[in-house]
Amino acid sequence: MPQVFTPRSNNVARAVVFGSIPALVILLLVSIALARSSLVTGKGRPIPQPVPFSHAQHVGALAVDCRYCHVSVEESAFAGIPPTETCMTCHSQLSTGSDALAPVRESWEEGEPLRWRRVHDLPDFVYFHHGIHVSRGVGCVSCHGRVDQMVTIRQVRSLHMKWCVDCHRDPSSWLRPPEHVFDMAWRDPEHPSQTGRKLMARYGIDTASLADCSICHR
Amino acid sequence: MPSLNRRELLQMLGATASVAGLPACTREPAEEILPWVRMPERRVPGEPAQYASTLSRDGYGQGVIVRTHAGRPTKVEGNPGHPGSLGATDPQAQAAVLELYDPDRSRTPIRAGAREATLADFDRELEVRLDRHRQRGGEGLCLLTGSVTSPAAVAQLERMQQSMPAVRWYRHDALARDEVYAGARLAFGAAVETIYRPDRARVVLSLDADLVGTLPGSLAYARQLVSGRRPTPGDPSMSRLYVLESAPTQTGAIADHRHALRAGDVYGVARALAVRLGVLPQGERADIPVAEKWLDAAVRDLEAHRGAGIIVPGDHLPAAVHALAHAMNERLHNAGRTVLHLDPVPAGAGSENATLASLTDSMRAGSVETLVMLGVNPVYTAPADIGFAGALTELEYSVHLGLYADETAALSRWHLPEAHALECWGDLRAYDGTPSLVQPLIAPLYGGLAALDVLARLNGRKETAHGLLQEFWRPQAGSDFESFWREALETGVVPADTHGRVNRTVQAGLERRLPAPGPVDALELQFRPDPTVRDGSHANNAWLQELPKPLLGLVWDNAILAGPQTAARHGVVDGDLVRISHGGREIEGPVIVASGHAEGSVTLMLGYGRERAGRIGNGNGYDAYALRSSTAPWVADGAALEATGRRAQLARVQQHHGTEDREPVRESALHEIGALAEEGGGGGHHESLYPGHEGSRYQWGMAIDLNACIGCRSCTIACQAENNIPVVGKQEVARGREMHWIRVDHYEQGSGEERRTYFQPVPCMHCEHAPCEYVCPTAAAVHDSEGLNVQVYNRCIGTRDCSQNCPYKVRRFNWLDYNGYESGRFRKLATPAPQRNPSVTVRSRGVMEKCTYCVQRISAARIEAKKDDRPIADGEVVTACQAVCPADAIRFGDVSDPSTAVSRWKADGRNYVLLGHLNTRPRTSYLARVRNPNPSALGDDDDGR
Repeated sequence: MPQVFTPRSNNVARAVVFGSIPALVILLLVSIALARSSLVTGKGRPIPQPVPFSHAQHVGALAVDCRYCHVSVEESAFAGIPPTETCMTCHSQLSTGSDALAPVRESWEEGEPLRWRRVHDLPDFVYFHHGIHVSRGVGCVSCHGRVDQMVTIRQVRSLHMKWCVDCHRDPSSWLRPPEHVFDMAWRDPEHPSQTGRKLMARYGIDTASLADCSICHR
Repeated sequence: MPSLNRRELLQMLGATASVAGLPACTREPAEEILPWVRMPERRVPGEPAQYASTLSRDGYGQGVIVRTHAGRPTKVEGNPGHPGSLGATDPQAQAAVLELYDPDRSRTPIRAGAREATLADFDRELEVRLDRHRQRGGEGLCLLTGSVTSPAAVAQLERMQQSMPAVRWYRHDALARDEVYAGARLAFGAAVETIYRPDRARVVLSLDADLVGTLPGSLAYARQLVSGRRPTPGDPSMSRLYVLESAPTQTGAIADHRHALRAGDVYGVARALAVRLGVLPQGERADIPVAEKWLDAAVRDLEAHRGAGIIVPGDHLPAAVHALAHAMNERLHNAGRTVLHLDPVPAGAGSENATLASLTDSMRAGSVETLVMLGVNPVYTAPADIGFAGALTELEYSVHLGLYADETAALSRWHLPEAHALECWGDLRAYDGTPSLVQPLIAPLYGGLAALDVLARLNGRKETAHGLLQEFWRPQAGSDFESFWREALETGVVPADTHGRVNRTVQAGLERRLPAPGPVDALELQFRPDPTVRDGSHANNAWLQELPKPLLGLVWDNAILAGPQTAARHGVVDGDLVRISHGGREIEGPVIVASGHAEGSVTLMLGYGRERAGRIGNGNGYDAYALRSSTAPWVADGAALEATGRRAQLARVQQHHGTEDREPVRESALHEIGALAEEGGGGGHHESLYPGHEGSRYQWGMAIDLNACIGCRSCTIACQAENNIPVVGKQEVARGREMHWIRVDHYEQGSGEERRTYFQPVPCMHCEHAPCEYVCPTAAAVHDSEGLNVQVYNRCIGTRDCSQNCPYKVRRFNWLDYNGYESGRFRKLATPAPQRNPSVTVRSRGVMEKCTYCVQRISAARIEAKKDDRPIADGEVVTACQAVCPADAIRFGDVSDPSTAVSRWKADGRNYVLLGHLNTRPRTSYLARVRNPNPSALGDDDDGR
């Protein structure tokens, strides 16, 4: 009966044994990279909306304040998506024949809400509150980027827990004076962390409890 | 057909498995956001809104404040400004949000024999019939309702009787308090509603009355009674509670003196008391089953506190006991001070010719052509001896309005879906007569009608319920109706003085009007409403089914309660199926041996054995109505009990009621409470190797007053509603897998006069040295800087080490998919998604969970305070269990600030921690029970049971 394994088999076995170690390492590195890539986080991915609403046009060119549409951003957990009525305050007069606005006019006439698609989607076990971040001087730009330059709104941050926690552990470089929270183009004239230290004292931010699990998870 | 070989089969299985994994590679579809088209003013997107309304408590109003998220009612709280609530609710009100979304509710009109029916069909048919009735002044038209306390509905009923004088209005309520009104007529010559003020009382004597449990005013009575029972070493005064009772009740459990006797014997004892108080003349002393010494002591106590005592008789006792109680309260000058009278709150209460029995007679006699039944289920709740179901089957035309297509709907010509109380307009009066409005929180989910809508149709009116309600209240409002209406809706109480308080005096010659006391023969049979599903109308509510019944810990079933000696005499033990026969009828049900139950008496619980309640309520327990008669609806004599030799499986959350000398509940006599403080609280005195936690500004803690707790378990169900706690079903509870985050432990000690019952609510202790945290391999159980022991669901891998290491056993594990996401098994039990509290994560299978001290409420308060740049005020964070507690037994707050309410309680000498010797340093602590016995009531020669 011939040998089942020829001497060459030893080489194969060695290659498999020693090759599997780098293979596992590569697999691990690839998974780590993948979890951080925009493929998984959804960063930068365009999301088609029922109406091609341009923040660049409204915020950038026309300088409409964020709060004109996102009315509850200072009070509520939810920033608020404007009712059709808000669109129609202008668009009953302007661009009334535009095809792009047809769904808005239809919603207004039929009383059916527009079905927007969520761009910044946190997992359901995470509780984010817009109101408290705005009131403690976190600017819109810090999380949402230069919305005033976006034709289509996109997620610009990973929204990873690490990204949240980094700021919760030391928010000093992300804080602004209250009057600049909604300012898209504000740049800190001083060194950011210096302003941040002063602002932390002013806002009464105590980092002792800010990184507790129970701050975001319930 | 070619057969598969093993190799091909494995190949196909492998391929299937790999293809099945592919969907995991796709991304979840983007969530949609649907904004308003026109947003209502002052609405803040994402923030819950609150509205005052009123829910029914067996027909009487209890004021509630309902929280809605994006228009969906998600949680009911009590209305502190409403006298029937004082901020608390009963378990049924907590479960109302589940009932609202119940998928088993009736959704469309049903016409017997027709495939489809619409409301328009019904209206057409009704109009033709009504025309015929109107021509004859309403002859042949009959109405059947439950107890009606709604002033607007009563106005419509009166209007109907004016326009059609021959219309007959019958009332049937399985829990009607007929004997109460009959007793008042016997004493005063007129039916009155009697209400009590336990806060003004120093001595309370209960004659088989569940003062803090089941009376219409019990929510308020509990708060008021407990307010006089909070002794401190500085002010060691406390009211005294004597209870004579047949079946164990919550009131008996908190009594200073309790004595068990049969319900049939209470009349004899009441006569003996009346003789001692000089209400009845001295006569021959009858043989009574209570020691003379006991009665003498109670009488001396009552006489020493004239005007500050209460004698309260149970609703189920015969009229004569009520009449005697009235006379005794008057003799003791309690009437007008602690015992108040008003006109009966339910319309036509106690009238004897409008009963279901007389309706059934008329139906048989053929004088009923059209019967309209509003919100009642008489086929199920009728006494067995009158044969209502048979009479209804033969009736030509009947209309039933109900939340469910129930037993009555099945035998009616028409069934109309009823709007839930959270969906319609209306009004109700509280136990003390205070009227309040019912306002809808959501449009009817299934297009149901309110009772007022049907009454409008009968009166030929086109107005909506809202229109009729405003029409009724407009004349009462004075000049400015708009602000009257707004105030009524905002505060939840109608700002009108319509209590109907009256002063009555007992008419002379009472003793001649009283019946002679008869002997109690054989086995006594008692009927009691079930503490959770009441008369059966809440049977399809999974939260209520799974709420452990006070003193029994039983879920999903009813049982037959018997005393230990009675059970032994018949050779039965817990869980044995027995046959009870009475008056030629019989039922079979499982026995629970209730220590403290009067011997020679068995208690049956109403509300079970439903056949058409819905998927949740069908087939649980036995039907006690099958044994109930119209002449003796509460207490019957001469029953027989017989063991069947078979057993039933009962699911109970606690099997063992001994304390095994571990002293989980501390108790002291009132004159010794100073010694408690010297004993120390048992926590925080030992050194520890574990590091302390760094503190931040707030340190949360809880204190629970065991002298206040009445064991009602409202906290358990309020927590369930607030924290998205799943229902697991009878089989899982039997395996010890119930999910409630706060349980109420129940201990028994001693026997006879010395028998003591203790309740102990047990939420998570939030130990500072938490044993659960040290053993978690994934750091899912961790401490936060404010002292909360938090469970991070997303880290939890389900090793259950934490639960194993928890000495208080407060952790709950999701053994199976209780939310019904993956499998169908629990889907019918799963809480409908619209009820869920969006501020709390819904946990999935394999995750440990437990009390969080309502961390979502702490977060909300912290955010509000920060936005205003101020500290969180004391009392700003109220946990769900604390808010609902009728006895105000729970305090929660910042323990690092000595001025908070919780810190003051923790500084009380009665404060102690559970299992303190383990040095876990719990943040939840307890205030010891205090007993205030009358030194002269106890004697060595006492042979009380």
